[in-house]
Amino acid sequence: MKALAARRHHRAAPVVLMLLALLLTGGVYAVLAPSSATADTASTANDVEEGERLFQANCATCHGPNAEGTSEAPSLVGVGAASVDFQVSTGRMPMQMNGPQAAPKPPQMDEEQTAQLAAYVASLGAGPAIPTDEQVDGAEGDPSNGALLFRTNCAMCHNAVGAGGALSEGKWAPPLYDVSERNIYQAMLTGPQSMPVFNDANITPDEKRDIIAYLIEQRDGSAGGLSLGSLGPVSEGVWAWVVGLGLMIGAAVWIGAKSS
Amino acid sequence: MSTETTASSNDAPKTAAGKTADYLDQRTSVGGAVKEFARKVFPDHWSFMLGEIALFSFVVLLLTGVFLTMFFDPSMALEEYHGAGPETMQGQLMSVAFASTLDLSFEVRGGLLMRQIHHWAALIFMAAIVVHMMRVFFTGAFRKPREINWLVGTVLLILGLAAGFSGYSLPDDVLSGNGLRITDGVIKSIPVIGSYMSYFVFGGEFPGEHIIPRLFTVHILLVPALILALIGVHLFLMVLHKHTQFPGGGRTDKNVVGYPLFPVYIAKMGGNFFIVFGILALMGATMSINNVWNYGPYDPSPVGAGAQPDWYMLFLEGSLRLMPGAGTEWVLFGYTLSLNVLIPAVVIPGLLFTFLFAYPFVEAKVTGDKREHHVLDRPRNVPVRTGLGVAFLTAFIILALAGSNDLIATHFGMSLNQITWAFRILFFAGPVIAFWITKRICLGLQRKDRELVLHGHETGRIVRFANGEYIEVHRPLDEQERWLRVNYTAHKPLEIEPATDARGVKRPGYKAEKRWQRLSRFFYEDRVEPVTPAELAAAHSHGEHDEIAAAQTSPEVTSGATNVEQER
Amino acid sequence: MSENQNPTPGRDVSTTSEAQHPERFTDPGVPEHKPRLTDTDPAARKRNERIVVILFAISCLGAIASIVAYFAFRPDGTTEGTRLSTVMLGTTMAVSLLGIGIAAIHWAKSLMSDHEHVDERHELASSPEVREVAVQHLTDGVEDSGIARRGVLKGAAVSALALFPLTFAVPLISSVGGDWDISKFRHTLWERGKRLAYDPTGRPIRAADLTVGSAAHVIPEESEEYMQSHDWITEKAKAVVLLVRLNPEDLRSDQSPEGETWSYDGIVAYSKICTHVGCPVALYEQQTHHLLCPCHQSTFDMADGAKVVFGPANRPLPQLPITVDDEGYLIAQDDFAEPVGPSFWERLK
Repeated sequence: MKALAARRHHRAAPVVLMLLALLLTGGVYAVLAPSSATADTASTANDVEEGERLFQANCATCHGPNAEGTSEAPSLVGVGAASVDFQVSTGRMPMQMNGPQAAPKPPQMDEEQTAQLAAYVASLGAGPAIPTDEQVDGAEGDPSNGALLFRTNCAMCHNAVGAGGALSEGKWAPPLYDVSERNIYQAMLTGPQSMPVFNDANITPDEKRDIIAYLIEQRDGSAGGLSLGSLGPVSEGVWAWVVGLGLMIGAAVWIGAKSS
Repeated sequence: MSTETTASSNDAPKTAAGKTADYLDQRTSVGGAVKEFARKVFPDHWSFMLGEIALFSFVVLLLTGVFLTMFFDPSMALEEYHGAGPETMQGQLMSVAFASTLDLSFEVRGGLLMRQIHHWAALIFMAAIVVHMMRVFFTGAFRKPREINWLVGTVLLILGLAAGFSGYSLPDDVLSGNGLRITDGVIKSIPVIGSYMSYFVFGGEFPGEHIIPRLFTVHILLVPALILALIGVHLFLMVLHKHTQFPGGGRTDKNVVGYPLFPVYIAKMGGNFFIVFGILALMGATMSINNVWNYGPYDPSPVGAGAQPDWYMLFLEGSLRLMPGAGTEWVLFGYTLSLNVLIPAVVIPGLLFTFLFAYPFVEAKVTGDKREHHVLDRPRNVPVRTGLGVAFLTAFIILALAGSNDLIATHFGMSLNQITWAFRILFFAGPVIAFWITKRICLGLQRKDRELVLHGHETGRIVRFANGEYIEVHRPLDEQERWLRVNYTAHKPLEIEPATDARGVKRPGYKAEKRWQRLSRFFYEDRVEPVTPAELAAAHSHGEHDEIAAAQTSPEVTSGATNVEQER
Repeated sequence: MSENQNPTPGRDVSTTSEAQHPERFTDPGVPEHKPRLTDTDPAARKRNERIVVILFAISCLGAIASIVAYFAFRPDGTTEGTRLSTVMLGTTMAVSLLGIGIAAIHWAKSLMSDHEHVDERHELASSPEVREVAVQHLTDGVEDSGIARRGVLKGAAVSALALFPLTFAVPLISSVGGDWDISKFRHTLWERGKRLAYDPTGRPIRAADLTVGSAAHVIPEESEEYMQSHDWITEKAKAVVLLVRLNPEDLRSDQSPEGETWSYDGIVAYSKICTHVGCPVALYEQQTHHLLCPCHQSTFDMADGAKVVFGPANRPLPQLPITVDDEGYLIAQDDFAEPVGPSFWERLK
């Protein structure tokens, strides 16, 4: 302890402390942060009641006391449990602040609360239910068919491999690399925010699973080496200038410099 | 016959090398060429190697390109794919061109490596051409006698664009297919002949079944042959003119100072080839590029976010994105004129390339300069040229950034529409501001040069005199450094004959001359003269620490109207 | 700055000194050669020689390693396998190349002589004598051919030279554009009664199946066989349609002329081919009903007749008139009323 005390005025002390603090915070967060798992689909009357209480506390300000919608936010009657599970489990809802669109953030509710909220909203009117584990299992899907469907229906916003892209007026289509299979399925089913709805007539449940299979396949990275973000020719151009030409000009400077 | 005398002479070669040389020389008179070129002197500077990088990436393009042609099949026939390619492609309907791209990437060992090296080399080829041109422009290496070589180089730049664009489209994937579709839209906007031009290019309606084979011929035969021929002309002229050199002691317009071709430059150039190739190999090995299986085989319905061309075409993409559409499509006598496409895709690039082609001649005219130049300018010594170059680059970069506006929007959390508006304004304001700032910086650097020549470097040593005066000791420049900073000409605006001759008769051609003079004033009105020996002596006569009088007694910066008045 | 201060009176000496000084500085000549370590120290030379040898040796090893990698890492069809093979082949190749490059340059820089040489330049223009002879040769040639005197001959030669390229150009141009029938720009596969189908599956679409807020990418219903042909790709390039369903009260207007209804219960269908330069416009934002083109960001308002609200496009997307058939499937009422895609010179003719 004495040695420690002696060093507390050392120049590096603040840096070391800062690192320790960061590590600690990160560690605590990692332990306490809710891990994602599949939602429990069976809901009870108790859940609905509890969900209503949560709704009044967290959602009613914008969505109205009976989820009928206000000028601020849409009605939630008939959006279904899938929609609630998507919005709440990705942290998009409850919304933190107004902006071009609700951004994903660490979820504000735990799994149980999310399920209760979903049960409540589902009780207001019929809507899409939370998909089962089997429905969203990419291993069962056909990635080639998924590629075909993804290309036509999704790639124009989310980029060819799901790296995300820009929409108008500050909105964006998020990258899909880290989105859970269940959330991908729910997004297609419910059309959150700017995204259009792809119901089961447009893209059948099997086809949705194929799309998930395609997206899972993309997580292996690129056959050609580092994927460089898979953003297309612009990022390739930046890499060519910075890395390629940078190294070559560096070499030229070395060649041209006088030897000592 | 002279050959007989050589053959029968007594000093016949004894060694194997000597015998080979003798054999060759008797048949090709290669001795003369060796005598002429082996010890030819090349000046040394890192920026002289930028053109080499372009040349060597072209050589790498040829080598890897030959590899790829062995396995690529430019056919648009359709097939259902079942091959070595990724699982996400199995069973899909695609053109043979796309399928063979998959096979040469996944089945041919080293095929993907060669494809990636080829594509990286293409990006580097264009980038190196651009920085090489920047070096030539900013140092004034395009001046007499090298104007023609500048034109050859600019044509090479355009051919490079053509080579890149035609090659980019060959795999017949969704991304490049949409690029072709944009090209088709641009072609259709051409007045009168546009629709027929579209049929001419595609052999019918877009996309048809001819475009890939046609682009293949363009890509592997037509354009490379032209590029090779023009590289030949480019290098021939370079050797004929002898390379330019940076200013410095002993370097004049009448000589060339540097190292001999053999062995120093053979080793340095050869070594640089292997370094360029090595870096490209490293890039091809570790950084994936244009993974066409991500985009999928061409189908006219899909499109991916981030639909952009390779970087060298981005300026065109950006130009198309910035143009507002409202009110820019005109109907004249029932015919449609799409200015919203013509202006950004034809007029703007036309202006940019006209600037490149015309600049050397315009500058020569406003300078009134007919001498040969072999010593380069330091960019600061020609402030307006440097400013114009930076303004040009600014316009080019703004267009390229505008072509990437969706990625800027997502990566910096901004609104696409606001970025577009910002670039619309910046496209006009940016170059003007860049010109003005660059010119000011150049003039400032020239003043700094004067300051240094007159008063030397600050040493940080403070000395106190007996009378209590403090001064900082300045170390005078050695003569090499001083020469570097005073050895330039500050050109003056053109002077022309008056409008009427002695008898009061109007002189023909006066108006045109007057216009050139106005342009010349724009170029050379603001200038900083180099220090003369007299000024230096004056500065020194005040004592080496004196900083006050010298600047006042010299015509330091002449500027604006007062300057013109003085000259009359 | 000190320059801006008033000059100290009586210190201006420039006028007196000017006469004694040359107008410009003189060239100090090529700077003296500074010897390198390797020029003076034999041990350093030895050391650098060794470095060059080692670099060449590394290059040899790289080349051998590349052959080993060729056999050791067979691509097995997976992403990882291909990546491993590519990385190993490429890095070993880079080692063999960079080894040579760095060795050669290090050799040149540290061991070859670095004394600067000076070559004279000669004026590029030929001397007056040479020019005179050249001009003489040309005038002699013109004289010998008699081209100046024989006007008819000159005319005939020029005509022949001007005409012969036609023998090459006419057959080429007649075939290079296919049938040159540009009226095809005006027609698509859509016709009265043609069912709308999902792209790429080809399933026909029932109006009742579309949820409000849906976007469907649509192709005309065609036979499996036709959809495998080239003709299909070219036709699809004009026929693709984006179908969206809005709340009927959100639909402010569409392009139906007086007395006709081109939409069905909030469902509208617009050409997916941008009127700017022809990209597929496909980014439908269901809350704002805006349709954004990813290529050049033209934005169309689907709730208001696909009018342009932003970007470089000038015209709204053409609307496909739709209705439902007896079985409830969506069908086209007719082809588009105007050519789809980018403008061309004869568009309104």
